[in-house]
Amino acid sequence: MAAETKIDPMHQFMIDPIYGQLGANNPFAFTNSSLWMLVLLAVITGFMLMGMRRELVPGRWQVAAEGIVGFVNSMVHASIGPSGRAYLPWVFTAFIFILFANLVGAMPFAVVPGAHPFTVTSQFTVTGVMSIVTFAIVLGVGFWKHGLHFFSLFVPQGTPFVLKLLITPVEFISFAVRPFSLGLRPFIAMFAGHILLDVFGNFVVQGINSQSAAGYGVSALAFVFVIFVNALELLIGAIQAYVFALLTSLYIGDAVNLH
Amino acid sequence: MELASAQVIGAGLAAIGVGAAAAGVGYVFGAFLQGALRNPAAADGQQGRLFIGFAAAELLGLMAFAVAMIILYAR
Repeated sequence: MAAETKIDPMHQFMIDPIYGQLGANNPFAFTNSSLWMLVLLAVITGFMLMGMRRELVPGRWQVAAEGIVGFVNSMVHASIGPSGRAYLPWVFTAFIFILFANLVGAMPFAVVPGAHPFTVTSQFTVTGVMSIVTFAIVLGVGFWKHGLHFFSLFVPQGTPFVLKLLITPVEFISFAVRPFSLGLRPFIAMFAGHILLDVFGNFVVQGINSQSAAGYGVSALAFVFVIFVNALELLIGAIQAYVFALLTSLYIGDAVNLH
Repeated sequence: MELASAQVIGAGLAAIGVGAAAAGVGYVFGAFLQGALRNPAAADGQQGRLFIGFAAAELLGLMAFAVAMIILYAR
């Protein structure tokens, strides 16, 4: 009988200071989250610089980089309109940051001992701050462009007065919840996927440790399952980045155009 | 009943919501596919709306998952 080991799927989300903590209660330190954000910065910068060499005959990097920029650009154009180019930098930044954070965080670097990748988007502080930036843009642009007329966003056009009394508070609540739901979505998607991977990865190890036929069977099944969940995780990572960018451009489009 | 047992049972009950959201996500994509097969020319223009519907349905399932985790790890 193997030793009873308790699966601790939350351990992978711990933020540990790895360098430069000044005191026990000092909140400022260089953590593993900071380290992986720097890695992300290097990866994204490298990816874009390799794609921006402006060759006459585009190579693979350039096609990839131009494809991503063109994709985000057409999305912003479709949901904001001709004035949408001004908001392209933020939407593109959010898209490519979440995309690369999700993909790099799912890479199996842990085959090298000690090199566990940290998915920075699995912390609500990161995605929450990104959604706060989005809503700062929405509110700023809305009040800058339309003044107090911005509040007509909550009043649907062409409905009877009685219905307006009902719908306006509902619209306001829906608007007020958006920052939370926008930041919550990429965070929980990554959080849930990594917990699933951790739990089933532990099943593989514990099945082998049990050294019985049934244990090996469970290990093999769990291993196949982990492979498929990893593929799903890559898909979900891309979809969440797309959804975040799409909703960001939609909300900004609402503020710019007011219906 | 001990707190730990109650937490596990509560988290399991909260996880039912994830299955309900799975039905919702399946309905969104199924309805899109029905419409897209009837009029393939119009399908590409509606992909943004498809993913908005997907995001709205998925969010509720993710919230059920978050509630399950909060119940499971609350002290």
